[in-house]
Amino acid sequence: MNSIFSGTRLRDMIRSIRACKTAAEERGVVRKECADIRASINENDPHDRHRNLAKLMFIHMLGYPTHFGQMECLKLIASPGFPEKRIGYLGLMLLLDERQEVLMLVTNSLKQDLNHTNQYVVGLALCALGNICSAEMARDLAPEVERLIQFRDPNIRKKAALCSTRIVRKVPDLAENFINAASSLLKEKHHGVLITGVQLCYELCTINDEALEYFRKVAPLFALDRSIYAYMSIAKCTEGLIKTLRDITNSAYQPEYDVAGITDPFLHIRLLKLLRVLGHGDADASDLMTDILAQVATKTESNKNAGNAVLYECVETIMAIEDTSSLRVLAINILGRFLSNRDNNIRYVALNMLMKAIAFDDQAVQRHRVTILECVKDPDASIRKRALELVSLLVNENNVKQLTKELIDYLEISDEDFKEDLSAKICSIVEKFSPEKIWYIDQMLKVLSEAGKFVKDDVWHALIVVISNASELHGYTVRALYKAVLTYSEQETLVRVAIWCIGEYGDLLVNNVGMLGIEDPITVTESDAVDVVEDAITRHNSDMTTKAMALVALLKLSSRFPSISERIKDIIVKQKGSLLLEMQQRAIEFNSIVDRHKNIRWSSLVERMPVLDEATFNVRRAGSLPASVSTMAKPSVSIPNGVAAAPLVDLLDLGSDDIMAAPSSSGADFLQDLLGVDLGSSSAQSG
Amino acid sequence: MSFDPMDRLMSLCVPSLNLRMHRSLIDSLEIQSCYLLSEHSCLASGFGSIHFVLLVSRQGKVRLTKWYSPYTQKERSKVIRELSGVILNRGPKLCNFVEWRGYKVVYKRYASLYFCMCIDAEDNELEVLEIIHHYVEILDRYFGSVCELDLIFNFHKAYYILDELLIAGEIQESSKKTVARIISAQDEMVEAAKEEAGSISYIIAQAS
Repeated sequence: MNSIFSGTRLRDMIRSIRACKTAAEERGVVRKECADIRASINENDPHDRHRNLAKLMFIHMLGYPTHFGQMECLKLIASPGFPEKRIGYLGLMLLLDERQEVLMLVTNSLKQDLNHTNQYVVGLALCALGNICSAEMARDLAPEVERLIQFRDPNIRKKAALCSTRIVRKVPDLAENFINAASSLLKEKHHGVLITGVQLCYELCTINDEALEYFRKVAPLFALDRSIYAYMSIAKCTEGLIKTLRDITNSAYQPEYDVAGITDPFLHIRLLKLLRVLGHGDADASDLMTDILAQVATKTESNKNAGNAVLYECVETIMAIEDTSSLRVLAINILGRFLSNRDNNIRYVALNMLMKAIAFDDQAVQRHRVTILECVKDPDASIRKRALELVSLLVNENNVKQLTKELIDYLEISDEDFKEDLSAKICSIVEKFSPEKIWYIDQMLKVLSEAGKFVKDDVWHALIVVISNASELHGYTVRALYKAVLTYSEQETLVRVAIWCIGEYGDLLVNNVGMLGIEDPITVTESDAVDVVEDAITRHNSDMTTKAMALVALLKLSSRFPSISERIKDIIVKQKGSLLLEMQQRAIEFNSIVDRHKNIRWSSLVERMPVLDEATFNVRRAGSLPASVSTMAKPSVSIPNGVAAAPLVDLLDLGSDDIMAAPSSSGADFLQDLLGVDLGSSSAQSG
Repeated sequence: MSFDPMDRLMSLCVPSLNLRMHRSLIDSLEIQSCYLLSEHSCLASGFGSIHFVLLVSRQGKVRLTKWYSPYTQKERSKVIRELSGVILNRGPKLCNFVEWRGYKVVYKRYASLYFCMCIDAEDNELEVLEIIHHYVEILDRYFGSVCELDLIFNFHKAYYILDELLIAGEIQESSKKTVARIISAQDEMVEAAKEEAGSISYIIAQAS
């Protein structure tokens, strides 16, 4: 006969595994144990089964495969003894999942155990069934479970109730069978049974329309052959639930159920959830519950989490039922209070709920804007994110300036990892709601100065489109950009926008053209302007796009600033030796143009960019970049240069209408189109 | 009555609720279960409030896992790895909720253990915090100032207690006293059975 102590004891196995210093060592121990267990399983000795399974479960939690132990679960469950069944069911729930066919084999044992004389065995079976059953098993065993809802022992009734929730989730068809039993649970006094009963009713109402009506008890009687509908006494379930909630809210201190001053918050919450389903879409039911909801909302202590959990559920319910605006305002005020709570969990939850509340009552939420803005600056990243989303939902024409100012102020001091989200949000707010162009340009400049490197391409492209359209602001813009780029030269996007503007409007810059009343005059010489552009090229951390744009700007400036065109030419020439192919190519081409400027209509070539059509741009942008935007030259160049492809034909003005602005990517073609002269002669010329 | 799930579903659907149907074929082909997920934010889906429970130590060792929604063994390992990574890296002052894969995970650290419960995005996170605390208090009473070692060497008991607290992802009992009483009754039955077995073996051993 085997010794009772064959193989290691569970404790000892755990100890030896914990004593392992390396993963390999652990694997060794586990392997040996598994081998022992396998051998023991093969011997089919019932004595060790219990311990073997316990060990297997531990090994399973470590992450090792244990499928060879699945049958042991079944054997243990089939054993007569309670300890065996207990561990057998536990093993079943841990080692198997509902999709495995082995599970089906347990159905018979389950059936027997559901009818066992020992109520704790019944409990084990209900628990296992409720946690892991498949739809097939649910169908098979539903009648047993339904019967057990009326069992004499409350422990079994509550387990049967929850087991039924799983059954109806798996097989919604069966919902009707449980309506009667579930409604009887609503009259229970035992908290556990009441909680699970309410939960079951909630499930039924969510799945099944008829159940919903039944529990509302405002529908006409059904004249079906199911007599339960027609002839049940009007239990007035909704009213009954309200009464139960009132009782529990008003109840005296019950130490067994008290959590931080609330008597059984779990029951409160379940009741509120069920009332929510009953009230939603039904004005009468909603009407009945307004009093109790107001009472819960005002009387519940909110200094501890338990109270706040109840309040949260109450607010959810208020927002879901039919409109009673005073209640809604009350709810939103509660959320407003939550926002100032020191507990960041509460703040987080409030922000979430406020986002939903905006749909109902934007005004009420607006009142809490200041507090919400404070949350954007919260140390907790999840709260900041939520608050930012909420703020963007609150923006309208009236508050956009104030809000943007606050957000930009914060942008200056925020963490690096938050800057991206924040700047993106600010840009989208500004774009959507900006009342006037000058304000838009100002805000964008600030954002670019603070967080330029996080700003996406389409955003600064849009900015350029707006700038080009605001002809009265060209001077102002280029001067502002010039000043900004002196201070914030490391913000890539800012530099790009500045270079483009200086290239386009350099003459306005140096001549202080179009001064607005608010501006202070600045003195910028042509040389200063070129300094900025040159700096962008030579700075080591400028990227390709910036440098390329700088070269184009220089080309334009060589026409606008004839007095220093020599210096400009020198800079361009220097780039002919650049290690970057793109730069080399451009430098050669542009130098060619500069050399030849007597032969071609120079100023027309680089005259002011035609105003980019905003509408077209927006359409394009919405539809993402279409192929036509691909420019003649370089894929990285922004849209403005690409759009110029069309007008170049005009610039040539050589009277030949059949010259197409063919978007080609070779630089030589660019030259040919440009010159528009004999192709033969141009190709013979060198740069 | 038509057995086509679509017909059945249409007959059940309340048009004002925006219901998204998510069907999964489970087991035999004839049985098609329809999961109705309500998109209406005010009516949270009642389905499987808690999807799973995970207890993980500061070093990432799993001390307990309980799954109320269908996850294969492989999926479970993946989830555990991923989620442990996310939660163990959370700073100390942050709120107890993490958005993960479209769900919310509520977690709380007690000494060296993180107690995590995964719920739907619309569910009440504050309540789940209470459920976690409820569980911890029951464990504490049972083991007498529970520590991680207790849960390592007596993991099966931790599971038994959890099974008295939650079934199908829903809370079963709000009274700690009642849970303690039921557990203790079952423990006594185990003890009684052991004694009986012990004494029989003794008798047999004497006889042979």
